[in-house]
Amino acid sequence: MPQVTYIEHNGTEHRIELEPGRSVMQGALDNGIPGIDADCGGECACATCHVYVDEAWLAKCGTAGEQEASMLSFAATAEPNSRLSCQITMSPELDGLVVRMPEAQH
Amino acid sequence: MNAPVDLDHARIAASTPLDRLDPSNPAIFRDDTWQPYFARLRREAPVHYTAESMFGPFWSISTYKEIMQCELAHKVLSSDSLHGGITIRDRDKALRLPMFIAMDPPQHDDQRKVVQPIVAPANLAKLEHMIRERAIRILEDLPRNETFNWVDRVSIELTVAMLATLFDFPQEERRKLSHWSDCATALPMPGGLIENEEQREAVFAEMLGAFMTLWNERVNADPRPDLISMLAHGEATRNMTPREFMGNLILLIVGGNDTTRNSISGGVLFLNENPAEYDKLRANPALIETMVPEIIRYQTPLAHMRRTAVADYEIGGKTIRAGDKVVMWYISGNRDEAAIEQPDRFIIDRARPRQHLSFGFGIHRCVGNRLAELQLKILWEEILKRFPKIEVVGPAERTYSSFVHGITNLPVRIPG
Repeated sequence: MPQVTYIEHNGTEHRIELEPGRSVMQGALDNGIPGIDADCGGECACATCHVYVDEAWLAKCGTAGEQEASMLSFAATAEPNSRLSCQITMSPELDGLVVRMPEAQH
Repeated sequence: MNAPVDLDHARIAASTPLDRLDPSNPAIFRDDTWQPYFARLRREAPVHYTAESMFGPFWSISTYKEIMQCELAHKVLSSDSLHGGITIRDRDKALRLPMFIAMDPPQHDDQRKVVQPIVAPANLAKLEHMIRERAIRILEDLPRNETFNWVDRVSIELTVAMLATLFDFPQEERRKLSHWSDCATALPMPGGLIENEEQREAVFAEMLGAFMTLWNERVNADPRPDLISMLAHGEATRNMTPREFMGNLILLIVGGNDTTRNSISGGVLFLNENPAEYDKLRANPALIETMVPEIIRYQTPLAHMRRTAVADYEIGGKTIRAGDKVVMWYISGNRDEAAIEQPDRFIIDRARPRQHLSFGFGIHRCVGNRLAELQLKILWEEILKRFPKIEVVGPAERTYSSFVHGITNLPVRIPG
């Protein structure tokens, strides 16, 4: 099964297996990985599952849609490689994906 | 004492013809009898039309899922003050108040981005120490073995002090902020805080005068991290008309005031109504972390947000027509059993306590949500260090409003 590595803001790494079709946000919640809040439950409506995608994986993750870009523009700590993890769907091509968490989810 | 059920209201809510049901009546919020009306709407008509009310005709959205759907439909469901803004009550067109919460993109986005750095993580960390010192001072000054109004002595005091800091407004005049906030949201009525719109406009003019002085000081000085300086220097806000400045001030004052105030009051009330939860909290103060969002859900300090359809919109099998008023009842969505387990119970250790609608969702989601949570968290940490119990000793009195879901008087006594 494809793997994802989540790196907390303090540097702690978590590597998990994530079934294709599930979102990177769900992977964090299912495995109790801290640093992703997901207040809206995956509706792309709150920007509290914000992650920085490792540069090597950015293109493979695709680009943020209009609603996601809009929500990200209000995230306090957004960077050019920011995505909402509820909008990244796991696939075999993303095996090995690395994402980092921001200082806080707003 | 969970989910107070007034038998008479349960009967009225059940027997009123569905098309005559009016969940906007401010009396049901003042009397805390709103629950059965919304329970029926959620069950029988999650998208419901009221043809006649004191606020005119409007649609009610009462279920969690449908509210979320509306929150994401901001292109069709406008917040613009030109169409009526974000509360159920229409204002005279001449008195409309532009403010970024009552704007659509792109203007909303540009103005919101000017003020949001005030609640960025780094700034919250700076505020934390100060909030704690204020909270300690307020709590240390409270009387023992004597009945007092928690709302006045703690809830208002802490929130206005915070707000004065964010604006860098003179602390000694901080109570003006809560007065202006109350006047901004009051329903005009004889003998009320505001009797008519002329009075309200006079209060707004006084407020604008005070803030224009601060603006003029700051626009000519180097940028500083307070809200007035940020607005005066911000690209999207420095050329605002006085009316727009006034609108945004009201937004920031009401947004930073009523909501936190009423959650601070609600927490004391809910723990008294649920003694087993209070015991759990005393045994494990770490539960403050999950209790704070639960308080905010359970109180739902703003009962609704309003939108206006700018095109026909299909939802829940109904067609909302262009021009119609749409009210998203957060207070009802937060009690929706389809989204939240045992929603009528106050449970301080829920697994996912932040899945609630009190802050809204989508592009208008509350800017200050984490600051609100921080204030409540610090206050409860300091309360638990000092007082084994805050006893509610009389009935809570509530705001006559279907927008601000507020507590005006909460008599308490601290033994010791």
